[in-house]
Amino acid sequence: MSGGAAIRVLPAGRSAVLVEVADGERAAALHAELLRRRAAGGLPGAAGAGAGGTADPGPEIVPAARTVLVTGLADPRSFAAAVTGWELPPVAVEPGAEVELPVRFDGPDLDGVAALWRTTAPEVVRIVTAAPLRVAFCGFAPGFGYLTGLPPDRHVPRRATPRTGVPAGSVGLAGPYAGVYSRASPGGWQIVGTTEALLWDAAREPAALLAPGRAVRFVAVR
Amino acid sequence: MSAGAPAALRVVRAGPLTTVQDLGRPGYAHLGVPRSGALDPPALLLANRLVGNAPGAAVLETTAGGCAVRAARPAVVAVTGAACPVRVDGRPAAWGAPVRVPAGAVLDVGAATFGLRSYLAVAGGVAVAPELGSRSADLLSGLGPPPLADGDELPVGAPLGRVLAADPQPYPAPGTELVLPVVPGPRDDWFAPDALDTLATGRWQVSPASNRIGLRTLGPPLVRVRTGELPSEGMVQGALQVPPDGRPVVFLADHPTTGGYPVIGVVPETSLPAAAQSPPGTRIRFVPERAPRLA
Repeated sequence: MSGGAAIRVLPAGRSAVLVEVADGERAAALHAELLRRRAAGGLPGAAGAGAGGTADPGPEIVPAARTVLVTGLADPRSFAAAVTGWELPPVAVEPGAEVELPVRFDGPDLDGVAALWRTTAPEVVRIVTAAPLRVAFCGFAPGFGYLTGLPPDRHVPRRATPRTGVPAGSVGLAGPYAGVYSRASPGGWQIVGTTEALLWDAAREPAALLAPGRAVRFVAVR
Repeated sequence: MSAGAPAALRVVRAGPLTTVQDLGRPGYAHLGVPRSGALDPPALLLANRLVGNAPGAAVLETTAGGCAVRAARPAVVAVTGAACPVRVDGRPAAWGAPVRVPAGAVLDVGAATFGLRSYLAVAGGVAVAPELGSRSADLLSGLGPPPLADGDELPVGAPLGRVLAADPQPYPAPGTELVLPVVPGPRDDWFAPDALDTLATGRWQVSPASNRIGLRTLGPPLVRVRTGELPSEGMVQGALQVPPDGRPVVFLADHPTTGGYPVIGVVPETSLPAAAQSPPGTRIRFVPERAPRLA
């Protein structure tokens, strides 16, 4: 993968930058590289973590669809100069590092998705459980992961009319993403199933079952 | 509200919106968790210092209408942030200074006279159970304790020690105008070339729809030249996000960690406490800065 020209750095205030790459794959690679470098002793241009006795944890690294936001930079310019020269090795899934989520495929939109895909409900289940998913980023609610990895021809639109209440544990599809509602909320995703896995538990360490970069597979249960 | 410390404050008048706040829960944005925390951190730090608390002790943040609490035990409190009358059992007491509240007395934080959000610190700190290391009520994601309701009991921690004498605090003067510097980007190129001029010269004011998530604005709509959807991207505090109606929203402590509307610029964090203290109708003057050179 080429570095240089493929990485754009945009300002996000005086101490943060938005690093933009071509697609989700490269965003995942950039995110992994940022985490590696932070763990290995720091990011270029970063302020010291926890400086000044404040609650500032130092740089935050927030991946999204095709960007990674990096905050807490004392010197965004030297960070930008460094990051544009990075080589980004593609992310590899470590064997055994996958989170398996047991899913009961009983969602109200399962038949609708089957119709969109011009196939049957059992085939939808086969496709969704065969997909090697990965948490591209979190957002929308604590512990809600946007999972990529569905085949490109299996993307679905959001529901024309969002539901006013979607129960926690609902497994949905929208655009290129799959996701599990980590709490009850309104929502427009196509709901194909339910999981009893607890996506978010503030009393648990870590509270979020799914963090960016985590490999995920849905496993059908009855 | 939670166990761990004896109930020490009973909420007599919760006011329009009073929440428990500390310095928030930074470091979890990648999990979709807003930073949350006091909207006016300098006021929180001052209130805590006045009563001898650690800087990050939890306090009460009021909104416009104040609140009132009855002390079950003798308490030392301090009110900072938005200026307001402070009363103990009806008698006037000091704003911006430690105040002793006898057991059984009612401390009343009155409606804000200047500013919007007052901070009530109590020696020992509000001791509700923390979530992810913070006691802050996050009104976007629902983490932390819910807003106060009449009759709630609030535990208070053990005071750290002596309350030290502090210098008198300057009483804030009414602001006539909220001045917000704006660092252009990351998506200023999604807008018409004159959008930053519109931001600089338009007659803007604080919208009554503002809340802890964002300061909403009323003014001339900013015109987008790039249409279509922006894939979700990370949002910083102070981001000036422009929804389809063209009126920018300044993201405050409870803002979503990712969003799909373009951010034309970012207001530096040092200007956000003033933004959070500006009531609806306050005139806003945006001051675009030169875009940072990153290459």
